[in-house]
Amino acid sequence: MVIKHKNIFETESAWSNADKLLLCLDTGSWRTERPVLDKEKCNYCGLCALYCPPQCMKDMEDHYEVNLGFCKGCGICAKECPRGAITMVPEGEFVK
Amino acid sequence: MKAKKGQVRVMTGNAAAAYAARLCRPEVVASYPITPQSEVVEQLSAFHADGVLDAEMIEVEGENSAMNIVCAASVAGARVFTATSSYGLVFMYDTLLQTAGFRAPVVMVNVNRETPGIHAVSTGQQDMISTRDSGWVQIIVENDQEIIDQIIMAYRLAEDYDIQLPVMVNYDGYYLSYLAEAVEIPNIEDVDGFLAPLKQQPQRPRLIPGQARGCGTHGIEMGYVEARYKHWLALEKSAKKVDEIDKAFGEYFGRSYGGQIEEYRTADADIVILASGSAAGTARTVVDAKRKDGLKVGLIKLRLYRPFPEERLVQALKGKKAIGVIDRSVCFGWKYGPMCTELKVLSPKIGSAPILSYIDGLANLDINIPHVGRVIDEVSAAAKGKPYQEITWIPMEE
Amino acid sequence: MKEIRIHGRGGQGAVLAARMLASAFVTEGKYVASFPMYGFERRGAPVVAFTRIDDKPIREKTQIYNPDCLIVIDPGLLTLPTLFTGLRPGAAFILNSPKKLTKQPNENLKIGGVVNATGIAVQEIGRDIPNTCLLGAFAAATGWLELKSLLACLPDYLSGDILKRNLKSAERGYKEVEVIKW
Repeated sequence: MVIKHKNIFETESAWSNADKLLLCLDTGSWRTERPVLDKEKCNYCGLCALYCPPQCMKDMEDHYEVNLGFCKGCGICAKECPRGAITMVPEGEFVK
Repeated sequence: MKAKKGQVRVMTGNAAAAYAARLCRPEVVASYPITPQSEVVEQLSAFHADGVLDAEMIEVEGENSAMNIVCAASVAGARVFTATSSYGLVFMYDTLLQTAGFRAPVVMVNVNRETPGIHAVSTGQQDMISTRDSGWVQIIVENDQEIIDQIIMAYRLAEDYDIQLPVMVNYDGYYLSYLAEAVEIPNIEDVDGFLAPLKQQPQRPRLIPGQARGCGTHGIEMGYVEARYKHWLALEKSAKKVDEIDKAFGEYFGRSYGGQIEEYRTADADIVILASGSAAGTARTVVDAKRKDGLKVGLIKLRLYRPFPEERLVQALKGKKAIGVIDRSVCFGWKYGPMCTELKVLSPKIGSAPILSYIDGLANLDINIPHVGRVIDEVSAAAKGKPYQEITWIPMEE
Repeated sequence: MKEIRIHGRGGQGAVLAARMLASAFVTEGKYVASFPMYGFERRGAPVVAFTRIDDKPIREKTQIYNPDCLIVIDPGLLTLPTLFTGLRPGAAFILNSPKKLTKQPNENLKIGGVVNATGIAVQEIGRDIPNTCLLGAFAAATGWLELKSLLACLPDYLSGDILKRNLKSAERGYKEVEVIKW
């Protein structure tokens, strides 16, 4: 056989590596709305990072930023933020 | 034709399976939902709630229980129905074998989906292949109308006194389970009429309250051998029965499918390709296109998988110059695809034609028109004596 | 044969839209075959539905590579790099968007139909389920289907108040779609 396929996995069976590719999926593209963080309101409490199911809140030392590569737009961060610093905005607004 | 025209409705393959089951008046239904089969269970429950399905609906916590229940109900004399797919099919594996060994005429729909090992929620025939030696009759269908029709035929086969075997009707997940097509729903009185000949046969053994008879007795030495032998014989007999029932169905309802295999333009063909399930539908269009180009190619749609339709295949393929087999699954232990491996057993009887094996359509990847075209081109080249690849995994070469 | 590809996300009714389309064409005497393809069954995950219509039985059961019509339920999906790949010349494009189409998205497109199906759905149904509205827009823009066929098949899928609202949504899609010809 003339194999043209380029391997997706480094391992023999299907292992995922949370440091790099999580299941090789671009789950960020599933979003219908995204969290937008107001840096002024954020007091770095870390509750959003704690609650985020796929751990998409990046620690930026004095505030948090969303990892848009994996964020599926569930809105839990916005609901849990005690400062109301996060609002969910429809993805359509960001399409050119 | 004796049956009246039925109502035509647009529905998915899963809905068609549920309709067919309802028409056959099962007495006990126990089924557990699993993608891509869930709609079958949902639709049956809806029928029951609406009062149009008069069956004992038993809610189960898993497929193993589902098969245990329908097997038990069947040996108690009831007509039963269940449905499953991949993970569910393997979860019920021990009872699957038991049901066949007990010769319980259970009819089950298996919606083809990839098996455990590499997690997938997508179509593939690996689940059917994983249970090929279970002792069940296994049939594969191509479209929604055939789903309804084959389930009806399955009861007539399973409950036949000479057969008494469980029958698994397979259809592709996604490509057929979710495929919305217009189907003609047979009238229930006509289905009653088609299954009526079963009532004229001797009654199969069954558990009777108060009577000290048991099923699944321990088989000691020759007791075991005898029971196995009878089972094996019944499976062999079921091949011809499939043809007979298909013919009877054709005479009664006006639709027939060829029985064990459908021979599409194979009579004068130089080369033949073999496919099953929804892929056979696609293969037809490519065969027609290649024929227009002057190539004498035919298609065999494999309907009966267990027992393997040896005689019909030998008859259809004898003297052909080359054959290509498209498998939607993997055979662990042989280089070639599962159906191809089995076809190769018939090589001496067919002639010296090269038999090329193709693996395609795993994990919802498409067996599309260019793929089938490629298979036909390569088989055609092999027929002319050109070197060929014995086994090709089409997706790996793209 | 006409091949229609519907792009949406789980929860927007793409799968149901494909089935409704199939039913509608059957009432007009056509043969249809329609099925969806998706990986993860969850809200937001991409869904594609393939619908074929013909005057004779449809035998191929493959995905659609050369659509005659694209229906896009979620404007966020416009960024999909393969969205327009293989489009047949003279194809139609139906889009759910609050904004107008400023340029021809692909040279193979001849007809465009844009409607704010989300807006209409929210007004008529109370939720962002734009599928029936888009089907109305599809019927108007392509002319392949009569509105009455579409409306006649909705009762097979919906009932009561929800049915009334969706009928209204479909009608508004039919009337309010902005049709562009390139």
